[in-house]
Amino acid sequence: MMTDAPILEVEELVVETSGRKPSRILDAISFTINAGETLCLVGESGSGKSVTSLATMGLLPPGALVAQSGCIRLAGEDVLTATPAKLLSLRGRHMAMIFQEPMTALNPVLSVGRQLDEVLCQHTSQTGPQRRARVLEVFEQVHLPDVERIYASYPHQLSGGQRQRIMIAMALLLKPQLLIADEPTTALDVTTQHQILALIKQLQREHGTAVLFITHDMGVVVDIADRVCVMHHGQLVESGPVDQVLGSPQEAYTQRLLAAVPSLLPRPPREATSNKTVLEVQSLEKVFNANQGVLRWLRKPVTPTRAVDDVSFVLKRGRTLGVVGESGSGKSTLARCVMRLITPTGGNIRVSGKQITELPKSMLKPHRKRIQMIFQDPNRSLNPRMTVGQSLIEGPTNYGTSRREALARGRELLELVGLPVDAIDRYPHQFSGGQRQRIAIARALAMEPEVIVADEAVSALDVSVQAQVLTLLHEIQLRLGIAVLFITHDLRVAAQICDDVLVMQRGRLIEYGPAAQVLGQPEAEYTRQLMEAAPGRGWDFAAGAPVKPRFSPVEAH
Amino acid sequence: MHASHSHLTLAPEGRGVSRLLSRLSQTRPRGVTLAAGVVLTLIISVALFAPWLANHDPLALSPADRLKPMGSEFWLGTDPYGRDLYSRIVYGARVSLTVGLGVAVTSVAIGLPLGLLAGYFRTLDAVLMRIMDGLMAIPGILLAIAIVSLTSASLWTVMIAIMVPEIPQVVRLVRSRVLATREEAFVEAAILMGTSTPRLLWRHLMPSTLAPLIVQGTYICASAILTEAILSFLGAGIGTETPSWGNIMSEGRVYFQLKPSLIFWAGLLLSACILSINLLGDSARDALDPKMKRRMS
Amino acid sequence: MFAYFIRRILASIPVMLVVALFVFLLLRLSPGDPAAIIAGDMASPTQLANIRAALGLDQPLHIQFFVWLGELVRGNFGTSLISQTPVLTMIGQRLEPTGSLAVVAMLFTVIIAIPLGVIAAWCHGRFLDKLVMSASVVGFSVPVFVIGYLLIQLFALELGWLPVQGFRSLSEGIAPFASRIVLPALTLSSIYIALIARMTRASMLEVLDEDYIRTARAKGLPERAVLFRHALRNAAVPILTVIGTGFALMISGVVVTESVFNIPGLGRLIVDAVLARDYPVIQALILLTAGLYVIINLLIDLSYAITDPRIRY
Repeated sequence: MMTDAPILEVEELVVETSGRKPSRILDAISFTINAGETLCLVGESGSGKSVTSLATMGLLPPGALVAQSGCIRLAGEDVLTATPAKLLSLRGRHMAMIFQEPMTALNPVLSVGRQLDEVLCQHTSQTGPQRRARVLEVFEQVHLPDVERIYASYPHQLSGGQRQRIMIAMALLLKPQLLIADEPTTALDVTTQHQILALIKQLQREHGTAVLFITHDMGVVVDIADRVCVMHHGQLVESGPVDQVLGSPQEAYTQRLLAAVPSLLPRPPREATSNKTVLEVQSLEKVFNANQGVLRWLRKPVTPTRAVDDVSFVLKRGRTLGVVGESGSGKSTLARCVMRLITPTGGNIRVSGKQITELPKSMLKPHRKRIQMIFQDPNRSLNPRMTVGQSLIEGPTNYGTSRREALARGRELLELVGLPVDAIDRYPHQFSGGQRQRIAIARALAMEPEVIVADEAVSALDVSVQAQVLTLLHEIQLRLGIAVLFITHDLRVAAQICDDVLVMQRGRLIEYGPAAQVLGQPEAEYTRQLMEAAPGRGWDFAAGAPVKPRFSPVEAH
Repeated sequence: MHASHSHLTLAPEGRGVSRLLSRLSQTRPRGVTLAAGVVLTLIISVALFAPWLANHDPLALSPADRLKPMGSEFWLGTDPYGRDLYSRIVYGARVSLTVGLGVAVTSVAIGLPLGLLAGYFRTLDAVLMRIMDGLMAIPGILLAIAIVSLTSASLWTVMIAIMVPEIPQVVRLVRSRVLATREEAFVEAAILMGTSTPRLLWRHLMPSTLAPLIVQGTYICASAILTEAILSFLGAGIGTETPSWGNIMSEGRVYFQLKPSLIFWAGLLLSACILSINLLGDSARDALDPKMKRRMS
Repeated sequence: MFAYFIRRILASIPVMLVVALFVFLLLRLSPGDPAAIIAGDMASPTQLANIRAALGLDQPLHIQFFVWLGELVRGNFGTSLISQTPVLTMIGQRLEPTGSLAVVAMLFTVIIAIPLGVIAAWCHGRFLDKLVMSASVVGFSVPVFVIGYLLIQLFALELGWLPVQGFRSLSEGIAPFASRIVLPALTLSSIYIALIARMTRASMLEVLDEDYIRTARAKGLPERAVLFRHALRNAAVPILTVIGTGFALMISGVVVTESVFNIPGLGRLIVDAVLARDYPVIQALILLTAGLYVIINLLIDLSYAITDPRIRY
C-alpha cells in the first residue's frame, strides 16, 4: 500500500435535493483514498452511498440533487467547482466509473469496440490503428477471450461477466488514478462475481489505482476492501481499516449490521417433527419449445430449452428445503411448475399425496389452497389498489369463508407477522419493503397451506430486514408446522434456514441432501465452486474474526 | 424491442438514486390547467344556455341581410344566407360537445371489455386484433366520410362514424395494459388463491387500465370534436340544417377572401375548445401517472 | 431476415382481408337498397336494375364478396359511376399532386420535428422545452383547415408573397411548383410535426435516463456526442413507429389540405366521390390507402433492424 498524498479527498460534503423544501441526502461526509488503496462505502439502501459516487464523478442529476457545501478534490482539482470542460477531461483521464448493471451500462446499438474507441478519440490524439491496438491490449488485460471478435460485438451478444469486463476495460483505458465501482458485482452470479473481484484487485495492484468501491454486501467488503466506511441515512457512521471495523465495531449500527449477516456455516440440524410427506416431486421436467404456431416452418429452428431436467425431491411437514443455483439454473421454473403457474412437460408433482401434474387449470382450485407462494419483490406481489385487508381475505372468501370470519382471521395473522392490526385498512404503498413482505406472508398463511414456496423471498430486502423476515419464517414454521420450499441464490441465507439443500445447475440436480452435508462438505465439484466463490467466506461475522481454516460443521456439534 | 410501456401499477421503488429521482419530478404550472378548465367551462355553459344566449334564430334565412358586417344587430355579422353568425356559433357548441363526449364515453365503454378479453384470452386476441389491425389500417377520416356518405347524415351516424376508428385505439391500449399487468406477481398470487377469471379481470386487471383510459378518453374527446368539424367542413358531416362549427366554416369557405370572419370565429372557438381539452388531458395524465409526467410535461 | 419478410407479408394478408370485407359490407349492409343509395333519390327502376346487375347485387352475399375480391386481385377496381372511366385511371391522374404534397410535408416534418424533440428533451423542464411542448399541443389542437386559412390569410392575402391556391406540376418548373406547395405542405405537416416532436422528446427522455447515457457522460464525452451518437439512435424505434402510424393521420390531412388549397389530388377525388356517392371510387381509395398503410408499416418494421442490432428476424 502506497502512502503518498491522497488521490481523492472528500471534505464535509453535503448534498441536498433541490426545490423549495430541500431534504438532506448526504450530511457532511469526509473521507480520503490513497493511491493503490481500496475504500469500501458500505450501507443499506437509502444510505447515500451511490449519491456519493455520482457526486465524485460530477454526475449528480441536474435539477434534482445539489451539492450544497464541502469539496471533492481529485488530484488537486475541486470537482464541484470545475468548469464543464475541465470536468470532461477529469472524467476518463483521472477518474473512471463502473456501474452496477453491466446489462444496461453499455449502449446496445453501438459495438463495444466503438464505445471504447470514442473514449480515446475524445481524450487523446491517437490515430485509428493506435486506438484499436490500445483497446485490444486492454481487452487482453481484463482477460477477455478472442479480442478481435469481442471488438466487433454488440453488448447483447456477450455474457454479463464479459460485459462487466468491458466496462472495466473502458474504465482502465486511460489509466485513471481513481476508479469508482458502484455495486459492480451485485447483478452478477456468485462465480462471476468472484472472478470480477479478483480482476479488479489484480489490476489495482498492477496500476496502483485508487478504488472507491460501493457495496451493500459485507462479504464483498471482506474480499476487496483495505479500509471501509459504513454509511447510514446519509451519514458516515464509522470508518477505519477493514479488520478493525469488522472485528471490533464501535457503533451500535455497525454492530447490528454485522450481526445480521447470515453465516455461511450451516446451522445445527433440526429434529424431524413429522414423517408426513406434504410435497413430492419425481423426475420433473419442463421443456420450453420456442417454435409453435401455424407459421412455424418459416421461423428459424430454435433448440428447445430444458429449463428443468429430471429433478426429484421430497418435502416433509415442518421442514425447509432450499433450492440453490445461479441465474438460469431453473430454480424459479421449478417453483412455478410446483405451483402449477406453468404446466410441466414431464414427471410428477404430488401435494399431500394428490397428483396435480396433469390436472387442467379448472380442476386445480381445490389443491391450490394447500400450497401457497411468497414472491421476490414485495412491491409487485400486492395489488396496489387493494387494502391489506382486501388482499388478506381474497383467498379465504374464494373458498367460501365468510367475509367477517376472514377479516377476523386476517387481523390475527397481521399480529402473527408482527404488524399492527390497524394495518388492515391501509394500502401496500404505505408500508416499507420488509413490512410488505410480512403482509405477503400473512396472505399466504391465510389460506392455511401445508407448503409455502418462497421464491427469492428475501433477496430484495436489506440485510437487517432480511434477518427479521427469516426469523419470522422460522417462528411461523415452528408454530404452524408448515413446510417451506425456499428458492434462493444466496448460500448464506440457505445455510441459515434450510434443513435440506438441493443444488441446481442448468436445469439439472447437482447435489441433494442435508444442509450440513451439502454446504459443509460438498461432494459435487460445482457445489464446491459455489462455496469457494461466496464472498467473504474467509470471515466469521458472528465471531468478528477470520474463519479457522477447513472448519468442519459436523465436528462443531 | 424497447420496453416503452408506462408503469402505472408498479410504482417501482427502485434502488437509491432512481427512487429519489422519481419523487422529484416537477409539476406542470397550475395556471395552464386552470385556464383550460375555465375556457372549457365557458364553452360548456354556452352550449347549455344557448337558447338564452343567442339573440336570433340560428336557422332563420334572411336574403336581405346577407354578409352583414359586425354590428349591434348582428354581433358577428351574418353569413351568405343572412343568418346571424353569433347565434349559429352559440348553437354550434352543442354539436361539438355532444359529439366529443358521446364518442369518448361510448368508445371507451366498448373498447374496455374488448381489450380486457383480448389481453387475457389468447385465441380471442388473435382474431380480435386482426380485425382491429384492419380497422386501424383505414385512415379515420376516410372511414368516417365513407360511413356518413352511405347513411343519412344525422348526429348519430356521424358519432358512429367517428367512433369506429377510435375503438381499436382503446382496445389496443387496454390490451397492452392487461398484458403488462398480468405478468405482475400480484396477479399470479391471486390465481394461486383460487380467484375466478371474471373476478381476476375485474378486480386485478381492469383497475390498472383506468388511469390511462381516462387520459385516452380526453384525447378521444378532443379528436372527435376535431373530426366532426372536418367532416362538416368537407360537406360530409351533419346536415346543414343543424348549425355546427364545421358547417359554419364550410359555408364560409367560398366567401373567405371577402369575409374571413366567417371562418375565423368558429375556428377560434373550435381550436380553443380542443386545446383546453388536450391540456386537461395532459394534466390528468400528469396527476395519474407520475412517471409519464417527467416524459411528456 | 428474408423469412421474417415473408412472414410479415403473409401476416398482412388477413389485415387486408379484414379491410376488404369491411369495405364490402359497408355498402351492402348500410340501411336501404345499395343501388338506390348509389343512384340517388331520382333514379328510375331501369337505372336501379342496371346498377344492381353491374354490382352483382342479385347474387347471394358471400358469392358477391368472392366475385368482387377476385376482380380486385386481378386489378379491376371497377368503373366510376359518374364519369364511367376506370377507377385506377382516375387515381393515376391524381397521384402526382398528392405525392408531391406528401413528400414535401414529410421532408418538413423530419427536418423540423426531430431536432426540436431532441433539443426539448435536452432542455427538459426549462424554457425551451416548455415552448416546444406548448407549441406542439397547439399544433395538434388547431384543426388543419384553420391553420391552412391562417397561412393563406397571412402569406397570400396580407403579405402577398405566395399564391392563394392551386397546384403546378414540378415539370412546369421549380418556382411555380415550390411557391404553390409550400403553404399546403406546411399546413399538412403542422400536426405531424407536433406529433413527432412530442414523440421524439418522450423517447429521448426515456433513453436519457438509461445507464449507458450515464456511462457516456462518465467517459467524458461532450453533450453533442451523448445526444446524437448515443441517445438518438436508441430512441429511434418509437419515433419510426409513430411516423408509420401517423401515415393515417397524414391521409386525413391530405383530404382537408387539398380542399383548402384547391389541389386536384386524391383527397379532392375522394371528397368529390363521397359527395357524388361514387361508390367504386370510394372503395378503391380506401383499399389503396389501407394497402399503403400496411406497406409503409411493414417497411418501418424492417427498418428497426438497421437502427437496433438487437432486433434479429
